[in-house]
Formats: sequence, structure tokens, C-alpha cells
Amino acid sequence: MDRSNLNSQLEHLQSKYVGTGHADTSKYEWGVNQARDSYASYIGHYPMLSYFALAENESIARVKFNITEKMLQPCGPPPERRD
Amino acid sequence: MADDISAQIKAEQEKRAEDSATQREDTRVSLAGSGGYDQDIYGSGGKHDGYLTSLPMDDEEEEDPLAQKINQKKLATYTAPKEAYAHLQSVEDDVDPFAGRIESHRIADREDDYHKRRTNRVLSPSRQDPFAQDKGEAGSEARSYAEVMREAELEREQQKVMQKIAEKKKEAQKTTGQDAPPPPTPSGRKRRWDVATPVVAPAGTSAWNEPDDHVAAPTNRWEETPKAEVRKRNRWDETPVASSTTSWDATPRASGVTETPTAKRSRWDETPVAPSGMFGATPMGAGLGMVTPNLAVPMTPEAMNAQRWEHEIDMRNRPLTDEDLDAIFPTAGYVILKQPASYQPIRTPGRKLTATPTPYAGNGFMMQDENLKQNYGFAPSELEVPGGGNLPFFKQEDMQHFGKLLDEKDESAMSAEDIKERKIMRLLLKIKNGTPPMRKAALRTITDKARDFGAGPLFNQILPLLMSPTLEDQERHLLVKVIDRILYKLDDLVRPFVHKILVVIEPLLIDEDYYARVEGREIISNLSKAAGLATMIATMRPDIDHADEYVRNTTARAFSVVASALGIPALLPFLKAVCNSKKSWQARHTGIKIVQQIAILLGCAILPHLKNLVDAIAKGLEDEQQKVRTITSLAIAALAEAAHPYGIESFDSVLQPLWSGIKKHRGKGLAAFLKAIGYIIPLMDAEYANYYTKEVMPILIREFQSPDEEMKKIVLKVVKQCAGTDGVTPQYIKDEILPEFFKNFWVRRMALDRRNYKQLVETTVELAQKVGVTEIVSRIVDDLKDESEPYRKMVMETIEKVVSQLGAADVDGRLEEVLIDGILYAFQEQTVEDIVMLNGFGTVVNALGFRSKAYLPQITSTILWRLNNKSAKVRQQAADLISRIAVVMKTCGEEKLMGHLGLVLFEYLGEEYPEVLGSILGALKAIVNVIGMSSMTPPIKDLLPRLTPILKNRHEKVQENNIDLVGRIADRGAEFVSAREWMRVCFELLDMLKAHKKGIRRAAVNTFGYIAKAIGPQDVLATLLNNLKVQERQNRVCTTVAIAIVAETCAPFTVLPALMNEYRVPELNVQNGVLKSLAWVFEYIGEMGKDYIYAVTPLLEDALMDRDLVHRQTACTTVKHMSLGVVGLGCEDALLHLLNYVWPNIFETSPHVINAVMDAIEGLSVALGPGTIIQYVVQGLFHPARKVREIYWKIYNNMYIGAQDGVIPYYPAIENDAVNSFERSELYYIV
Repeated sequence: MDRSNLNSQLEHLQSKYVGTGHADTSKYEWGVNQARDSYASYIGHYPMLSYFALAENESIARVKFNITEKMLQPCGPPPERRD
Repeated sequence: MADDISAQIKAEQEKRAEDSATQREDTRVSLAGSGGYDQDIYGSGGKHDGYLTSLPMDDEEEEDPLAQKINQKKLATYTAPKEAYAHLQSVEDDVDPFAGRIESHRIADREDDYHKRRTNRVLSPSRQDPFAQDKGEAGSEARSYAEVMREAELEREQQKVMQKIAEKKKEAQKTTGQDAPPPPTPSGRKRRWDVATPVVAPAGTSAWNEPDDHVAAPTNRWEETPKAEVRKRNRWDETPVASSTTSWDATPRASGVTETPTAKRSRWDETPVAPSGMFGATPMGAGLGMVTPNLAVPMTPEAMNAQRWEHEIDMRNRPLTDEDLDAIFPTAGYVILKQPASYQPIRTPGRKLTATPTPYAGNGFMMQDENLKQNYGFAPSELEVPGGGNLPFFKQEDMQHFGKLLDEKDESAMSAEDIKERKIMRLLLKIKNGTPPMRKAALRTITDKARDFGAGPLFNQILPLLMSPTLEDQERHLLVKVIDRILYKLDDLVRPFVHKILVVIEPLLIDEDYYARVEGREIISNLSKAAGLATMIATMRPDIDHADEYVRNTTARAFSVVASALGIPALLPFLKAVCNSKKSWQARHTGIKIVQQIAILLGCAILPHLKNLVDAIAKGLEDEQQKVRTITSLAIAALAEAAHPYGIESFDSVLQPLWSGIKKHRGKGLAAFLKAIGYIIPLMDAEYANYYTKEVMPILIREFQSPDEEMKKIVLKVVKQCAGTDGVTPQYIKDEILPEFFKNFWVRRMALDRRNYKQLVETTVELAQKVGVTEIVSRIVDDLKDESEPYRKMVMETIEKVVSQLGAADVDGRLEEVLIDGILYAFQEQTVEDIVMLNGFGTVVNALGFRSKAYLPQITSTILWRLNNKSAKVRQQAADLISRIAVVMKTCGEEKLMGHLGLVLFEYLGEEYPEVLGSILGALKAIVNVIGMSSMTPPIKDLLPRLTPILKNRHEKVQENNIDLVGRIADRGAEFVSAREWMRVCFELLDMLKAHKKGIRRAAVNTFGYIAKAIGPQDVLATLLNNLKVQERQNRVCTTVAIAIVAETCAPFTVLPALMNEYRVPELNVQNGVLKSLAWVFEYIGEMGKDYIYAVTPLLEDALMDRDLVHRQTACTTVKHMSLGVVGLGCEDALLHLLNYVWPNIFETSPHVINAVMDAIEGLSVALGPGTIIQYVVQGLFHPARKVREIYWKIYNNMYIGAQDGVIPYYPAIENDAVNSFERSELYYIV
């Protein structure tokens, strides 16, 4: 087992998941991943949805819809690319 | 009946008593009386009795034969006979007796004639890439598709003409009434024998120059009319077998090309590119050169040497000129005479050709490169290649390709092209000859820079290397790897070189080595992905109807790989066109073969395209060419096999032609058609299968009698397939098939050929599935007493398979008797002890179960008799048989018999052959397992002390069986043996921990656990802890496992104090051993670990802070197991504490350590939850130093993958900024 091989195996495995990061991950990217993960998690846990619906005084379906909509650019537009 | 059998046994025993020739005298044991112990184990005399105190070192001490015989009689150990020693003495020391027998690693040396045909292919000039932006890229000599096709056409034309000439010659011979054998089949330039260039008689010595009447006649068929000298003109026409029998009968593999040719050596055995083959013998090289002038024939250094010598000899033997003569002779006293008027100089071209060798045909004169370093007979073991580092070796053959590197020219003065070339060369040399790290680095460089180097320069160097006749397996593997890597990088740049690469890689597809085939497939599949379908088709199209069958065969296989890489649909239109080609039958043949190969390669993946594939080849069944019809049916068979059990509807279109085909054809063609039918029938539904089977069966039955081996195999296969289908009724098989089947196939001759044998057994077993055991077994059971042993074996194997699959329930009493009788006969009559007989015996007895009770006494007496046989193999087999039938004996209630057997086996524990001893131990184990510890005879307390010394035996089989037996006793009957004896066993077991076989090590470790349970852990533990001090790593590792097992079986609190105390020993190995043991302990005890965490935490603290890497690594492993064991058991405080010690280690770089640290953190994040870990991780995710960020993100990723959902509430809150809102406000809701 040599060093690079071992690391690269692990990194390869990690890179299969969208939400993973690397040394050059920006605050925006991380934030977006967090937000999307959170929304996905809310949708997956029905009690959370009903709790939010209660708090927002909306129907559960509406909350769910809103959350789903927010998945697209959850944190607003991406920062300007500086090359 | 019982009386009958006992009488029989008695008679048998009496008979044997008379004939005791096969029995051992000294160690025979009576069942009742006291057993004689093995003298040399128990030592009745002195230790050295019967041994010579020294080995006789020379011939004079030869004793007289009589004395030798006496000595031999009481041989104490088994050694080589004296004669062998004497012989060894007489042989000189440094002679390697195997020198001539070492298998050559060269690929060329192990190829048969067919595979050697690859050397006849040439690396054709590059092709134009029609897709390329600028056309001149591949060089001006690049050819277009049209040119290549024209050339192929020409070649075929040429071959046709050659064939016509040959036919004419034949005709002419016939008319002259001469029955000379036919001339060798001409096939253009592709065959070695019949090169169309005028053939030169060899100048050097070879088998051809041996004085026989062929050589005496200088005429050959090139110059003469058929009338002249009829008798002697046969030299070239004759099949060469007549000329020198010995060399022809020799094995086809050529003796090493580098060897100096011996007198016996025939140049027919040599590859055409081999030195003597090139110069003088067969002018193949010249022929090649003429066909494609721009090819530089690769020359091996030997070839160059040979050429140099030849040149020198020629210079010396050249005709003397007038000046020379003037210089030699005195000027006075000599007169120059005029030649007589009748003198005619030789004009006939044939004789001229045979008279003077023309060694340079095609190659021309070559200046010796002065800068080339020559190794004058030395083989430099290590060579400094400028800029290349030290290579471990540099072979003479490498000089030809890499000689340039050694010329020590100044690179700064060279052109960019040259520098590039040298760079590639250096990298290739490193890859070929370098050490693994060098190789790796070079491979990476060449891959990274592939596009800079360009496809041309790379392939122009790699491909000739692959064509080299001195290529070895390893080198080929490495070079193929290089191609594979650079293919990815070069992508579409490879297009002009596709054909060249194929020429080199295609032979791999039919290599005998499986891995070579896989490698070849991989390359071609990558190549087709890089070059694209259009290029592949355009490149390989001309080869599809190539004149040489070899080329067509390899091309078909390559095409199937292309199909698997790019998908069948992409290739289908092309395949359809080729399979229906009107131009030549070769093209159709190859097209259909491609389909066959696709079916074989892709298996069930063809199903979506089955209909298309079948339709594409369907017409081939009615082709006018026999070969096309045959390959079509084979292809259909392959398709049906791949599609099984689906897709019958796709074969509708071919059923009819196949059907009429089997009625029309005979011989080989029929065989192929039958095969196709045989594979299609299993796809049909029951009704159709039944119908078709009935239809095909008369033909099959007719062919049962066919003497053709191939036909026999196919018929057997088809019968098997038909019998396996649902629609065929048992009654039908019984009535129609079985009588003929047994009459024709169950004959002795079938047992002689291995493949027939196998096929016949398989088919018979398949028939038995339908018609039942009795029907089959009763027909062959009498043959168990046949006089031919291989036949008996075949019968036995069939019975074994049938009975093991179907049981013996419907075997009636009469058959049962005959069966056992036959098996006993076959078992006793074997001259070669075979596993088949043993298996058969065991299977049948086990299948009969309780019903075999009546025969057990007889079987036992046979076993007892054979246990005392002279031959070790017989004894071994007898012991093995006991272990097979032990269970049945118990079922039959024959405990007493088993007790006897146990006793006898016990007496034989002094056995000298390890294989036999292993079997005897195995038999004892089987008996102990069955009758239990308490009722075992001999009693366990006697048995175990006898086993302890055998633990010292180094033989694997003995070790394995013995440790199993001892472990069994320790597990079930430890109380029968004193604690002191068990401790003795423990000491012996320590050595077993370093056994090579894992099974032995595992059994030893488990035995430690049993023993510790039996006699308490203290003493065992002391032994094991002491063993941690040994040097050998494996031994220590196994000891730690044993400690852990002891801890598991005796509860950890009995072990942990002593173990932790041992950590205070100031010795690295011991401390690491303790840590490792802890790791195992916590792995094994799982959640029991919650009681012990607090106890070991201080120790782990210390270990995690140790300077030694291994300490920290092992401690991390322990933490991992610990934390995984106590998830949710309320030990978070201790784990968090440990995490603080683990965390500083995250920046370790040693792979094992960092791995262990990551594992520990992963384990802890399971036990502590992701919330804790993310608190730690957040600190470093955006650290200014990249190195820190990298490792923190890695930990984050690991944690994230494990707990994506769980980490959501714990993400740190990120403040919104002007543009983006990162707040996840939902989580702030409070109702």
C-alpha cells in the first residue's frame, strides 16, 4: 500500500458524494451544500415539516413546496467569478 | 444374508492370510493383543541405532549389496538410496542439471506454428486520418483507405495466381505419372516454406546439408522441365518429414534462438527472423523487405553479429582476382593458361543461385556504427545510461533498440526531434528494465507527456519493441501497459496508427495465457474508444478477407472486442454487410466468425440484439462454401448458448435451414449443425423440445457410431442438452436413447481420452437426472469389475456423481449388493490410488446410510488390511476412507467397530510418511467427533499425550489435522487430560502461530482459547505474554490474537490486569503487542467493553502520547474498536477524553498511522455523534494553510458521508452578507 494510492482511494470514494468538499471549497459552496442538505432533511422528516407549517401558519404541502423551490440557489446568486 | 457375508469375509481373510506379500511385517497390529509401539519414536534402542554415523563420501566405501539389503530392511527413516548419493558425488559441483530444461521466458520460444504466424505480419505504414484537420500529420507515406484496399486486392490476386500455379504443377506431375507429394500449400508471402523469392541453398551447416540424395541433386523445381531427373527433383516438393526425422519429431517449440546451432537443429524449427533464418537458410527477411520496402526489418544483435561474421567470411572466400594471384605467385616460371574451348561457365539461374549465397539480399551493406558501444561478450550486470540512472540489467538484445542512448553524444547539439526521440527511448528503457520505482516514475512521465511527444514518435519506438523476437512475457506486459496508458492521453491522435497497433496487439487475443488475452482485449477496447468506430472499421476492413486465415481469425476476435466496447448496435449494419458479402467467401466467413466471437465474449448481453445477429448470419447456413456453413452453425450455437434460456423466437428463421441441413450433410458439417441444434433445443418450450428431440434423435443415434472424435464429443453434448429439456420424457430416453447410448459410448476406449471421458460422464449424469439412479447404475455397475482401470475409474466417477446428486433411495437390495461388491473390488484393485475411487466409495456408503450396515464389517476389514499395506498411498487412502464413512458407521450403530478402528489408528501414529500420518490423524478426528470424548477408545487421556509430540511435525497436513484434533479435544474433553499436559500442548502451539497456512494459525489460536477455558487463563496467559518478546512479527501478531481470544473466552477481567501490567515492560515490541491485544480484545468483546473502558483509558492516554508511531497507530485502532463497541452505552465522557488525545495525530503522514487515526475518528463520530466532531472540524476547514485545510476537509467528508442527516442541526450558523443569505432560519422557530 503506498501513500498516494491510499489517499486517492479515500478521496475517490469521497468525491462520489455531492456534498463533500475539498481544500478550495468556498464559503458560498459550503453554504449552499448545507442549505440543500438541510432542506432535503426537512422534507425527509415529516414531523419537522409539520412543525414548520405550524410556525409559519401554512399548510404542510405549501411548506414543502416552498422548501423545494428554495433548493434552487438557496443562498442567492453565486459570487462573481474572479479568475 | 448376514451369514453369507460373514462366511465371505472369513473366506476373504483366509485368502489374504495366505497371500501376505503386500503387508508390512514389522508393524502389524493385532486387534486384541497389545499393540506394538513404533520403535523409533518410543526409542527402545539408542537414538542412533540404524543410522550411519556419517554419509559415505566417495565411491570406495560402497558396501556389498547383501549388506545393503539387510540395512534397508530395517530402515529407520526414508532417505534417498545410496546409489543416488553416489551419483551426486560423481557429478561435478557447478553443473546445473536443469540448465537445459528451464522454460524460456521468451514468448517466441513457446509459440506453436500457428501463433508464430504473427511474425509474418508487418507494421504497415500509417494510415491517413480522414477526420484530421491537417492531412499531412502522419507523414507523407501515410496511405488512404483506397490504397490499402487496392493493396489487399492485389495480394489476393497474387495468392490466386500462386494457387493456380500450384494446381498446374500438380496437374503436370499427374500427367508424368509421378506420385510426388503435393507442393506445400501456397498462401502468398504469409507462409515460411513457400516464399516466392528464389530460394538459396544454405551456406552454413544445417540439416539440409547432411549427405543424402536430396542434396546431391542441385536441381530444383524452379528451373527444370518435369521430365528431367524425375527421381531427384523432389527436394523442395517433398514433405520435409522424410529428410531428417529426428528434428521433425522433436517438439515444435524452437530451441532458444540465441543458442549456437547444433548439428541436430533443423532450420525449419526457427522463426524466420532468427539469425540463421535470415541469412542463408530462408530468405524471409528479404521477402519481407521486398513486399514493403519502407519497413526496417528489426534485427536482433545476434542477427547483426551473424551478418558481420558472414561478411568477413565472404570477404576471405571471394574469388581471387588476377592481381591477387600475381601477388601470391612468383613472377618467373609460371605461365597463364587459356581456358579450354569446351569450358562453359554456369548459366542456369538455379544453379547459380545455389552456388553462391547472397546473404545481403534486401538489406544491403550496413556500416558499423562506430559510436555504438559493443559489449565484447560481456553482459554488463548494471549499466549507466546517460540521464537514465542505474538500470538493474541491460540485455544484449536491448542494444539494438536502445544502443543510441549509449553513444554519449552531446544532446545540446541535437535537433528537437532527436532529443524527443532519445527522451522516449530512455523512458521506455526504464520501463522495460528498470526497478519498480523507476518504472513507475517513467510510466507516469510518458503518460503525462504523451501528447507532447506525439503519437508518431511514441508508437514508432514502442511497436517495433513489441515485435522483437526476443520479447519476454514481462516486457510485453509492460509495453502493453504503456500503450494502454498513452491511448487515453492521445485519444484521436492514434488514428493513423490503429492498424500498426492492431498488428501487434491482435496476437494477444489468441495467446494461451489468459491474462495476455484480457490485456489484449482491454487495449483494443480502449483503442476503439479513442479512435472511434469509423476508423476501426476502415482500418480492419481490408483484413477481413485477407488471404491468411491467421489474420482473419485475429481480426474477427478484435472486431468482437470493438463490438463489446462500442456496442453491438453500432456495428450491426457493418456486420450485416460483411456477412452477406458477395465478393468473397472469406469475408462472409470472417463476418460470421465476428458474430460468434461477440456471442462468446458478451454472453447474455447479446440478448437485445439477438434477432438482428441471427438474421445477419442466417444466410450463411445455405452458403455454397462448406466452411461458411460450418462457422454459421457454430456461431448460432454460440448465440444460443449465450442467450440461454431466452430468445428462442429469434432463432425461428434458422430452424428450417438447420433442420434440412442435418438431413443433407455428413461429417464435419453435420457435426456443426448438430451442435447448433443441440444448443437451440434447450431454449424451446417443452412441447417443441420434445418434438425436435424426437426428430433429431435418429440422426444422433446414427452418429453414435461415428469414429470421428469431434463428432463424438458433439453428439454427447447434444444428447446432454436434449435430455436436460423438460419436454423429453424419461420413458422416451429409456426406450430410444439408452440402449444405443450404452452400447456405443460405454466402452473402454472412451476412458482413455480426457475430454471424451469428461463429456461422457457429464452426459450420463444428465441422463440419470431424467431416468433415475437405478436405470443408469444398474447398466454400468458390472463394469466396476472391468479389467481396464481407467474404465473402472470412469464408471466410479459416474456412479459417484449420480448418487451424490440423486441419492440412493431407489437402489434396490440386489443392486445395492452388487454396487458395494463392485466398489470394493474397484477400490482394492486400483494400482494408482485415485481420489475418484475414494470419493465414490465415500459417497455411495454415505448415500446408503443405514442400509450399509450389513457391509460395514467387510468394509472395515478391507480398511484394516489396507492400513497395513506396504505402499504409503494405500495406507493413506484407507485412513481417508475412515474419515469419510465415520458418520455412517455411527448411524449404523457400529460403535464397537469404530472403537477398534480408533485403536488401530492409534497404533499407527508412528507413521513415517507425513501425508499418511495426516490422514490417520484426520481419521481419528472423524471418529472422535462421531463417538464423543467419553466413549472414545483409546481413552483421551492416552490419546492426547501421544499427539503432543506430533505437534512438532512441520508438515502442513499433519499440523492441520493434528491441531484440529487437539483443539477438538480441548473444546469437548479437556477434563480428561491433566493441566500439565495442556501446558505442554500450549508450548508446542506457540510454534504453530507462525505456520504458513491460515487455517493452522486460526486453529492454534482457537485452541489457546479452549485450553485457557479448561485450565484457567493464568498459566496460558503467562506463556503468551512471554511470547510477545520474540522477534518474529507474525508470531507476535498471532500471540496478540491468542491473548484476545483467551480474554474473550475467560472474560476480560481475568486477562486485563496481567496484560496492562505487561505494558510497563520497557520494550517496544511488548508494549505494541499489549496495545494490539487490547485492540483485538475490544473488537471481540463488543459492548462488553463498556465495563473496561475506564480501566484502560490511562494506558491509552499514554500510548497516544508516545513518541513511537506504532504506539499511536495501535492505540488509535483500539480506540476505534472500543468506541464502535460502546455506542449508546453512556461512555461518552471517556471517549471524548480519548478524542482529545487522538486529534493531534491527524497531521501524521505515514499511511498506516493516518489510516488508523482516520478510523479512530470515524469510530468516535459514530459513538459521540457528528455534532461533536464538527465542532472540532470547523476549526480548520478554512484555515489559511492549505495542508491544514486538506486534512480537515478529509475528516469533514468522512464524517459527512457517515452522517449527512445527523449533522444538519450542528452546522455553524453563517451570517448573511450583502448578496447571499446563508441563514437557515427554519431552525430558529419556536412555537
